[in-house]
Parts: sequence; C-alpha cells; structure tokens
Amino acid sequence: MLPSSDKLVWMFRKMLEIRHFEEKVYELYGQNLVPGTIHLYVGEEAVAVGVCANLRKDDYITSTHRGHGHCIAKGGDLKRIMAEILGKRTGYCKGKGGSMHIADFSIGMLGATAVVGAGIPIAAGAGLSIKLRGTDQVVACFFGDGASNQGTFHEGINMAAIWKLPVLFVCENNLYAMGTRQSMVMLIENVADRAAAYGIPGVVVDGNDVLAVYEAAKQAVERARKGEGPTLIECKTYRHKGHSRFDPATYRPKEEVEEWLKKDPIPRFRNKLVEMGVLTENEAKGIEEEVLAEIEEAVKFALESPYPKPEEALEDVYA
Amino acid sequence: MREISYRDALREALREEMIRDPTVFLIGEDIGRYWGGAFKVTKGLAEEFGDERVRDTPISENAIIGVAVGAAITGMRPVAEIMFGDLTALAMDQIANQAAKIRYMFGGQAKVPLVIRTPFGGGVNIAAHHSQSLEAWFMHVPGLQVVVASTPYDAKGLLKTAIRNDNPVVFCEHKLLYPLTGHVPEEEYTIPFGVADVKREGTDVTVVATLYMVHKALAAAETLAKEGISVEVVDPRTLVPLDKETITESVRKTGRVVIVTEDCKTAGVSAELAALIAEEALDYLDAPIKRVTTFDVPIPFSPPLENFVIPDEKRIIKAIKEII
Ligand SMILES: Cc1ncc(C[n+]2csc(CCOP(=O)(O)OP(=O)(O)O)c2C)c(N)n1
Ligand SMILES: [Mg+2]
Repeated sequence: MLPSSDKLVWMFRKMLEIRHFEEKVYELYGQNLVPGTIHLYVGEEAVAVGVCANLRKDDYITSTHRGHGHCIAKGGDLKRIMAEILGKRTGYCKGKGGSMHIADFSIGMLGATAVVGAGIPIAAGAGLSIKLRGTDQVVACFFGDGASNQGTFHEGINMAAIWKLPVLFVCENNLYAMGTRQSMVMLIENVADRAAAYGIPGVVVDGNDVLAVYEAAKQAVERARKGEGPTLIECKTYRHKGHSRFDPATYRPKEEVEEWLKKDPIPRFRNKLVEMGVLTENEAKGIEEEVLAEIEEAVKFALESPYPKPEEALEDVYA
Repeated sequence: MREISYRDALREALREEMIRDPTVFLIGEDIGRYWGGAFKVTKGLAEEFGDERVRDTPISENAIIGVAVGAAITGMRPVAEIMFGDLTALAMDQIANQAAKIRYMFGGQAKVPLVIRTPFGGGVNIAAHHSQSLEAWFMHVPGLQVVVASTPYDAKGLLKTAIRNDNPVVFCEHKLLYPLTGHVPEEEYTIPFGVADVKREGTDVTVVATLYMVHKALAAAETLAKEGISVEVVDPRTLVPLDKETITESVRKTGRVVIVTEDCKTAGVSAELAALIAEEALDYLDAPIKRVTTFDVPIPFSPPLENFVIPDEKRIIKAIKEII
C-alpha cells in the first residue's frame, strides 16, 4: 500500500535535504572549512529515507561513517549536523565527533561509528533492550556491503535472530568498499542471501527506488513490532562520488557510473510524484527552494558558531 | 645524499624483501592495485608482484591477522596491514592470544614470523576511531615485539629487520610521518631491534620521544638551543626489545629527563619508560621525571580540541623548563 500524500511529500523533502546538504558539505570542504575527511551519501538517499519513513521518533537507528543522511532522515537538525561537521561547539557532539560520529539520542539516533560493522551488534543490543523493557520500539541498523564481511555481521545478526529482536539490518550495497568491488570479497551476488544462514527473511530491493525501500522496511517493521524478529534488507544503490572527499574513484568503470547516475533516486521519485498527481512540477520546485534556504540557514548557523574551547576536550570522558 | 619519504622508504623495504624472499607476502584491506593502501604505502606493489602476493581482503581485521598467523606458522612471512591503528582492536584476539602466545604455549615448536604494520596517531582531524596511539597495548603482551620508527631511514631498516625476524612484530607507523622526507641510502642496510638512536646530542636534559613526537622534540630542542639549553633527544626505535642502556646512559649524563609520547598517560609507553629510569638511574636524577603525553581522553575531532590534547612543542618546552 502506498504511503499517504503527506508522507510521500515528506520523503521527497528529506531526500532533497540530504542531497543538497551533502552537496553543500562538499562545497565547504573545497573551501577548507571542513576539517578531516567526509563520506557523502549522495545517490543513496532513498535508503535512509525509505527506511526512516517507517520509524517513529522513539525508534532507534545506528549509523556509519557515511552517516549524514541517516541522521537527517531520522529527523536530525540540519544546523547541528552542519555545525558538528565544521567542528563547532553547537554541533551535536560539541565538536568532539565530527562527520563520522554524529548522534542525536533525543530522536533515537544512537550514533555513527567509523569502525566498519561495529554498529551491527550495538543495534542488536538496542533491540535486546527493547525486548527486556517490553516496548514496541524497533531499531534500524545501517551498514555497507563492506561491513557485511565483518565478524560483527555474523555474530550480531545471529544473536538478533535467535532472540527474535526487533531489528532491521539494512545493508546499503553500493557495490564498493573503498576501492574494493563486492565481487572481490564475496562470491554471492546478494548479501541478503546470508539471511538464510540465520533463519531470518532476507530481502533484496532497488535501493534507488524509495517506494521499494519503504515497502520492504514497512513489512520488516511490522514483523519486528510483533516480536517476530529481525529482517535483513539489502538495498542496491550507488554512491555518486568517491569514497571520501579526495577519492577520484577511478576504480569504477565509466559506463557503470553513467548507468547508475541515470538511476538517480531523486529525479525518479520526483517524476513519480508528479505522475501520481501528488505534486505539481511547481510544487516540487517550491519544496526544493525551501530546502535550499533551510540549508543556507544551517550553513550560516554553523559558520557563525564558535569553536569549542580547548579545555572542553577534557569534559565528557566519564559520566 | 638521497632523500625519500617515509612512505617510499617503507615501500622500498617491502619491495626489496619481497624480491629477496618469495615467502614474503602482503595482506590487508585496499592494499592492492585499486587503492595501494589507505596511505599509499603499497602502491604499485600489486602491479609488480601480482595479486597473489599483494592480497586485498574483505573488511575482516580479525581474520586478516588470523590468516596471517596461520600462514606464518606454516612457512610464510606475511606482512599484514591494518588500515588504522585503532582497528587493531578488532584483531586483538589473533594478535594478543594467538600470534603472541603460539610459540611459548607450544613449547617453542613454532615460530610466528609475522609483521603487522599500522598507523597510529592524530593530527589529521579524523576523530576518536582513527587517531589513537596504542603502542602500549602491544608492549604489554609478552611474545610481541614493537617497533616505533620515526624517520625514513629507521622505517626502512627496521621494517626489513621486522620481516626477517621470526617473531610477531607490531610495526607502528604514524599518519603524519608518511610524507616526511629524509636520507635513505641506496645500498642495502638493516637496523637491529633493541638499539636506540640519539637523534640529537645534548648535555642539560634528556628527552626520550617516539614516532612523530621525535620531530616535535627536535623542534623544541632547536628552540631551546637558542636560549642556551642543550637537549639530548633519544629515540628508542623499538619498544620491545627496549634499549635500556642507551636511555639510562643518557639520563645518567644529563641528570634530567622528559618523556614525550603521543599515547595517553595512564599505563602508557611513558609510564614504562619512567619506571625503567626510576629503577635503573634514580640516583643520577637531579629533578623529577617529567612526562608529556596526550591527555587521558579519546581523540576529539575539532581542531582546537585535538591540538590541545596532543603534545606540542610548547608543552615539551614547558616541561623541560620546569626541571632545568
Ligand atoms: C573496521 C574497519 N576497517 C576498516 C576501516 C576503513 N574503512 C572505512 S570505510 C571503509 C569501507 C566501508 O565500505 P562499506 O561498508 O561498503 O561502506 P561504504 O563506504 O561503501 O558506504 C573502510 C575499509 C574502518 N573504518 N573500520
Ligand atoms: Mg559499500
């Protein structure tokens, strides 16, 4: 069943927020305003949005080094995400975390880990906590194709399976882990096939079709809330840019990149919404302009915010 | 005199050892032809030696080291790369329980000629999961040897020794060292383990420093020389085995010591060095032992925070002046 018009428009807006936010981060990085490194979510927006469209505020997510999009889709504040990426005191983690470590516990965003695969058992643990506390919350755990070769994947999903924990394991298969093509490191085509090894459903979806992701996640959430256990959802997608800011991604064939750019999830969804009569072209444009303005505000906020004072580095170590 | 970068010096060592000994092979994430290593140390080696000997792996640190251990005890000499030092945590069972203990536990039957190369350290704003200095973890496990090379010359000579050595070696690098250039002879050489290097001679105070801190200590020494303070900088080069003689001899000469390391203070490398000096040279000290280390916090992201927690030249100078 299709989501309501309001939800569809919300999804469209969130995808645009992520896209333009990331483009802005890319631009600021070029101006030397972003310390460290960045891993952008451009091209993969449909995954986070399609999943999070099924979540309540009190549901949880875990995130990765490529995590800006997850936080935005879960309802994170663009201002505070941008401020964190710029290393400012007003950022979500007071400048301690940066691009790879954004968290907003107030909306169930349990944090981005830069240790590939480390979020998988943590998500299972949040699922266990839900079960022990007897609520009907769920957890969505985002991770990459590369992460699915970590021991944490096997150990975490197996535990979630045997205890029927309310977790969606969402594999964002963008075909590469840095320069490593999926086929170099696994002999199967679908990560979701591994679900069979844990006795749980494994679903493959077009990760560039937000409605397909939405539908798969919806069923997994229903199953989880009913206490029937976890689902492994593999979303086939592609990152438009290099792995990190300075990666020219020359290891990807040009034709492959071009083919995937044609499958860009945003124009696809936009056309669909217009076709369905949910939005007119003009309304879509209007939303995009609102989003751009919102991002400008976030940038302004982040740029005008102060850096933390050096001594603040010593705070927050212990509770 | 030929000057090359630390990165190129490491690559030369790998290359020469791979040519010399067909049992040497490289294993790690993105070390092959598509990336050449996150810090480009192995760039070009897959093209030269083939994908069999320069093996790209899945993201599976524990298995990378485990597989390397298995190969090492059956006649090969693997050099494993763990992309970031913090990620050795994922392979800790294979490093600390398997690689380190196999020889002893099995009564000396086996040898484990394994090298684990990994970069530690901060300074590039990549936050708590990619910036810590964990050399002390490995010093604490009997059976492991720990190398801390601070210059291109040391890096090449020590890596060659590490590869020829029959013990598991954790070869600690530092992200900020890779682009650093220095003299490396064209001709073959190796540097034995357990031989510290006096990087600068002086008479008033000894600074014992490792990895990138050697360079900060040398800069501090240069600044202080202008004020008439003569600083001796000693670089242990290997933490296990440790050249106790050279360190204590320098302290006996100057009567003062400041230890500068990038790992945090509590139970760190500096604690071991301070204990050594207290045990073996206390009577020669004219002032308390000083330690300059990263504060006991995870490495924060934002530049003002990160710059504050990691020792800089100013903190080194301040510590020296407190005991002069
Ligand atoms: C445990 C661990 N190993 C290696 C790395 C270095 N690293 C960072 S991202 C990455 C690739 C991750 O690939 P994937 O899981 O597919 O996520 P993607 O970047 O494609 O979104 C690697 C190897 C790391 N951060 N953590
Ligand atoms: Mg990937």
